[in-house]
Amino acid sequence: MSGGTFVGMPAFPKAAQEALGNAQLRHNLAHATGTIRAKRLRLIDEVNANSDWEALRLAGAGVKESALVDLATHLERLEETLTANGATVHWARDAAEANAIVASIAKGHGVDEVVKVKSMVTQEIGLNEALEAEGIAAWETDLAELIVQLGHDLPSHILVPAIHRNRSEIREIFLREMAAVGRPAPDDLTDEPAVLAAAARAHLREKFLRAKVGVSGANFAVAETGTLVVVESEGNGRMCLTLPEVLVSVVGIEKVVPTWEGLDPLLRLLPRSSTGERMNPYTSTWSGISPGDGPQEVHVVLLDNGRTNALADEVGRQALRCIRCSACLNVCPVYERTGGHAYGSVYPGPIGAILNPLLKGPGHDEQVDSLPYASSLCGACFEACPVRIDIPSVLVDLRAQVVDAHRGGVPKVEAVAFKGAAVALSDSRKLGLGERFTRVGLRVARRVGASKWTSARDLPPAPRESFRQWWKRTDGGRP
Amino acid sequence: MSARDDVLGRVRRALEGVEPGYAVPPSPRISPPADVVGLFVERVEDYRATVVRCTPADLTARVAEALPAGARAVVPDGLGVTVPGAVADTGLTAAELDAIDAVVTEARVGIAETGTIVLDHGPGQGRRAISLVPDLHVCIVRVDQVVPDVPDALPLLDPARPHTWISGPSATSDIELSRVEGVHGPRTLHVIVVD
Repeated sequence: MSGGTFVGMPAFPKAAQEALGNAQLRHNLAHATGTIRAKRLRLIDEVNANSDWEALRLAGAGVKESALVDLATHLERLEETLTANGATVHWARDAAEANAIVASIAKGHGVDEVVKVKSMVTQEIGLNEALEAEGIAAWETDLAELIVQLGHDLPSHILVPAIHRNRSEIREIFLREMAAVGRPAPDDLTDEPAVLAAAARAHLREKFLRAKVGVSGANFAVAETGTLVVVESEGNGRMCLTLPEVLVSVVGIEKVVPTWEGLDPLLRLLPRSSTGERMNPYTSTWSGISPGDGPQEVHVVLLDNGRTNALADEVGRQALRCIRCSACLNVCPVYERTGGHAYGSVYPGPIGAILNPLLKGPGHDEQVDSLPYASSLCGACFEACPVRIDIPSVLVDLRAQVVDAHRGGVPKVEAVAFKGAAVALSDSRKLGLGERFTRVGLRVARRVGASKWTSARDLPPAPRESFRQWWKRTDGGRP
Repeated sequence: MSARDDVLGRVRRALEGVEPGYAVPPSPRISPPADVVGLFVERVEDYRATVVRCTPADLTARVAEALPAGARAVVPDGLGVTVPGAVADTGLTAAELDAIDAVVTEARVGIAETGTIVLDHGPGQGRRAISLVPDLHVCIVRVDQVVPDVPDALPLLDPARPHTWISGPSATSDIELSRVEGVHGPRTLHVIVVD
C-alpha cells in the first residue's frame, strides 16, 4: 500500500459487484449505518432545539477554510510554536519519507515495537508495513483496528473499521491469533461484546505498560499554541499518548486549525457527526512536552503526500476540510450496499471517492479513476457533512478531469456517442435526419457496444414516430 | 531543497491567486440552560457514569463511599480531601499504577451541554497517567466550575497545559455497534458534584 489505496484492488464496479454478493456484509452495514444515522439525527434535533446546527456547520467549515487559504503561514506558525513547546518538527513530502522518519526515531531508541493510536494517516502511508520491514512491530490498539490487524484484514469503515465482522468471527480471530503476538485470549472466550472487549483489554495492557515509543496521528493541530488534539473513545489513545517515553505524531498538513478558539465548532461537530454522541469519551490535547507528565520526547511529522495536489484544485480543495467523521459513509446509498473494501482505499465512501483522486491526480490508475463514478450524486453526503464539503460537485468535476486525462487513443463508446450527439444537436436538419434512424440506432446499440450501459439499466424503446413526424401529422396536435 | 521548503513551496504555488483572508462565521451559542448544574448531572449520567451531589461538609464521606472497602487509591498532590487507602503519587511507574484500584482527582471545568469533565492536570488532578491506569476514577467537580457549553470552556483552559476531556467511562462500539463500557481507560467513572 502506498498513498492510501490497496495494491491490486480492482476498479470500483468490479469490486462493488463482488461485495454485493456478500449478504452478511450487507446486513452488518445496513444495521451499523442505520443505527449511527438515527443517533446523529436525534442529536441534530437536540442542537436545533437550543442552538443552530446549520450555523455550527458554517462555523466549522469556516475555521477549516480559513486555515487552508493561508496554509503556509499557519504551518510555519505551527512549526514555531511546536518547537518552542519542546517538540521536534519533521517534514515529509510523501509516505516513504514519513515512514523513514518514524522508523529512524524508533530505531534510535533501540525498540522493536511501538504502540499505535488509531490513525487514518498512518494507514494511508502504510506505516505498519514499513516498520515491519525494519523489524519493528506496530501494535494497533483500537479494538476495531486490533480485530483488523489480527485478522490480516483490511479496514472497511473510517470509524468502525471492523464493521464487516460479526461477533463470532471476532471471537475466532482472537482465539486463533492473540497467542502468537502476546497474551492469548482466555480459553472460555465467548462472543459477548463485553467479554471480547475484556480480552482485548488484557491483551493490550501488557503492551501499553512496557511500550517505550507511541505513534499517533492528530485530529487537529493548533497553529497559534502548538497543540495537538486526539479524539477517541476507548482510552487506548490516552495510553499511547501518555505512558511511552517517546511520542511520534504523523500529521497531515491539512489538520491545522489557526487558533485555540477555532477548536470550538469542530469539537462540537465531530462526535455528533461520527459516533452520534454529544461528546466522545476522551479527548487529549498536548502542547509539546509537559515536564514530569507524559512523553518527554515528542516528535511531529508534517506530511504532504498529495495534499498540495488537492490544495491546488480549485473545486476539490474543500475536501481538505474533512475531519474524518464518516457521516458521509453512513448516509451513502452506495456505501451502505457495497461496504468500504470496494473503494480499495483506507478512505472509503463518498469522501474517499473524491479524496483519493485528489491526492493522486486523475489518469494514473484505473482504480482511482473509477472512484468519482462510485456515486449516484444523490447529495446526501453534502447534507450530512459537518464541514459542508460539496462532495457531489467535486465528484462531477473529477469525472470531467478523468475524461480529460484519457483523451487521445481509442475513444470509449460513451465518447463516440456524445460526439455523435454533439453533431446531431448542432443543426436542426441533422437532428431531423438522425431522428429517423432512432429505431435502427437503438437496435444496433443493443447488439454492440452499449452492453456496459444496459447491464445495469434498460435502454428505452424507440417511439413509433419522432416529435417532428408527430407534429407534421397532427399539425401540432390541433383538432 | 529540504522537504520543509519543498512542501511549503508547493503549498504556496497551490494557493497562488487565492485571497489569504477568510471571515469565519461566528460559532453559535446555545440558549443558556435554566439549571446548568442540573443539566451537567443529567448529561454525565447519560454516559452511564455515577453522579452524586453533596455539600462541602459531606465531601469526605462521599469520597469514602465511592471507594470499595479496602481499595487503594492514588491521590495527586494538592487534593483538597482526605481519602481512605490513599497512595501518594511519588512518580509511580505504569505497572505500579496498574496494581492500584482507584484514583481520586479534582477537575478544571465541567461542560453541561455535553456532560464533559476537563482535567488540566494541575494541582489536585495530577499527571495524566494516574487518572488513566486505575480502573475506577472518582472525580470531584465544584458547581462553580460548571459552564454551559464548549465555547464557554475553551477560554478557561490554558493551551500550554495538557488536557484530558472525559465524557463518561471508556467505551467502545466496535463489535456490531453494541456499546461496551470500559476498554482501556477507567471502566467506572464516579463523579461527585460539590455545592
